[in-house]
Amino acid sequence: MKPRSMKRKKVVQFLGFFFLRVCLYLVLAVLLLFLFDIGKKGGGAISWEFLTKAPRRGMTEGGIFPAIFGTLLVTLVTAILAIPLGMFAAIYLNEYATQSRMTRIIRLSIRNLSGVPSIVYGLFGVILFVNILKFGTSILSAGLTLGLLTLPWTITASEEALKTVPNSYREGALALGATKWQSIRTNVLPYAIPGMLTGTILGLARAAGETAPIMFTGAAFSLPILPKSLSDQFMALPYHLYIMATQHQDIVKVRPLAYGTALVLIVFVLGMNMAAIILRTRLRRRGR
Amino acid sequence: MTNGKTKIEARNLSFYYGSKRALNNLNIACYENRVTAIIGPSGCGKSTFIRTLNRMNDIIAGTRLEGQILLDGEDVHSSKIDAVELRKRVGMVFQKPNPFPKSIFDNVAYGLRINEHRNRDLLEEIVERSLREAALWDEVKDRLKENAFCLSGGQQQRLCIARALAVEPEVILFDEPCSAIDPIATAKIEDLIQRLKQTYTVVIVTHNMQQAARVSDNTAFLMLGELIEFDETKKIFTAPANKMTEEYITGRFG
Repeated sequence: MKPRSMKRKKVVQFLGFFFLRVCLYLVLAVLLLFLFDIGKKGGGAISWEFLTKAPRRGMTEGGIFPAIFGTLLVTLVTAILAIPLGMFAAIYLNEYATQSRMTRIIRLSIRNLSGVPSIVYGLFGVILFVNILKFGTSILSAGLTLGLLTLPWTITASEEALKTVPNSYREGALALGATKWQSIRTNVLPYAIPGMLTGTILGLARAAGETAPIMFTGAAFSLPILPKSLSDQFMALPYHLYIMATQHQDIVKVRPLAYGTALVLIVFVLGMNMAAIILRTRLRRRGR
Repeated sequence: MTNGKTKIEARNLSFYYGSKRALNNLNIACYENRVTAIIGPSGCGKSTFIRTLNRMNDIIAGTRLEGQILLDGEDVHSSKIDAVELRKRVGMVFQKPNPFPKSIFDNVAYGLRINEHRNRDLLEEIVERSLREAALWDEVKDRLKENAFCLSGGQQQRLCIARALAVEPEVILFDEPCSAIDPIATAKIEDLIQRLKQTYTVVIVTHNMQQAARVSDNTAFLMLGELIEFDETKKIFTAPANKMTEEYITGRFG
């Protein structure tokens, strides 16, 4: 090889890697700038009162506790619906269903559902849960709507986790006289569950930050008291933020509180993601 | 062939993946306390054949079987025999060692536990016996709680053999058991197979002709899904009746 062309290749390689690195740094920079901005503007609003008290004087004072409480509760309802349903659907799809045209269409539909705008889920939730099933505008309706929104993510992530379990585990168990369910329960699920849970929690975290699906199905503008049952309305962090950022009569005055709310919401979502990561490493270590 | 009792046998066996025929009208009998070797070039249907014997191909979608597999004279596809029960009687060792990511003990005990054997003493007894039978006991007796992945490739394969023995099968199928391990480990497994045939019926698929000559009593030579020749191993390797067999075992193709 001529030294000249060798040198050229090295330059091209350097430029290529340089370009890739710049792209990565750009993305990181935007993320950090964003977190820094929210942290700086919201940090001042955070206080014990802010986290534990209800809003006062038309939201210009007081805290956001009802919104934190509501978001926790609605996420719990979402989890109760989405975790088992998503996991079981994924197990069926990956382990039992024969791989035919039909399953391909079903899988494609699920993938597509994860791309449906969340406002459409909100509309669907109003029709199905609020009107037809008569759950009213409530935590239950909102949680179920968010559950539907999460399901495609949960199913897809769970299926990917199941796919990472080598087939030799399944065949090995079957060859020893295990039934199909025994082979799945003892030799597939223990190794897939960390991945399934991680994907599911990431989906839940996304749902917890959604505004559009809960806007018509259960979230309230402002409530003097905490919800007492699943059929009550509730305040939620993303909706509260939306109100304070765009709907309030004195937007400038409540802006610091809006940033504080945004910070709490981000910490909440990041916390869930961290939990997913920690859970996964823990379970993986135990599985080995 | 003077071999005594037929244990498991293929009669007019054909097998299809979709519309592609992988096996064509095979008749192969495997005798009790004998080692039957299946040899042939890659893609000849060796593995497909051995997997029909314990119905492992059932789990592959779009496959179809014609003819019969008889175990003690009974059709394994008849409604009287359940595939799960069949696989307890016809054990299998795979090409690549496939220990489960569990402890050595739990690997061997797996087949017993799924059959609701819970008695700890009995489990320990059977695990030890199986590991001894697989010539692995002395190497692992002090670390039964360790993960099976800590073992070497050859040890892993003997662990898989012990795991298969623990459920007390009548027939053991070996699907190219030595293709992923080194020569010394291979020699150990070949020794083991010689000893196993005193208790079990053994069927082994191999692409290694020397191995077939060393370990087996009878050899079937397959090509493109057809049975070319089936006879005593001695005869196949010294005086094959078919020209193609002779060319294959002398290394002219394959």
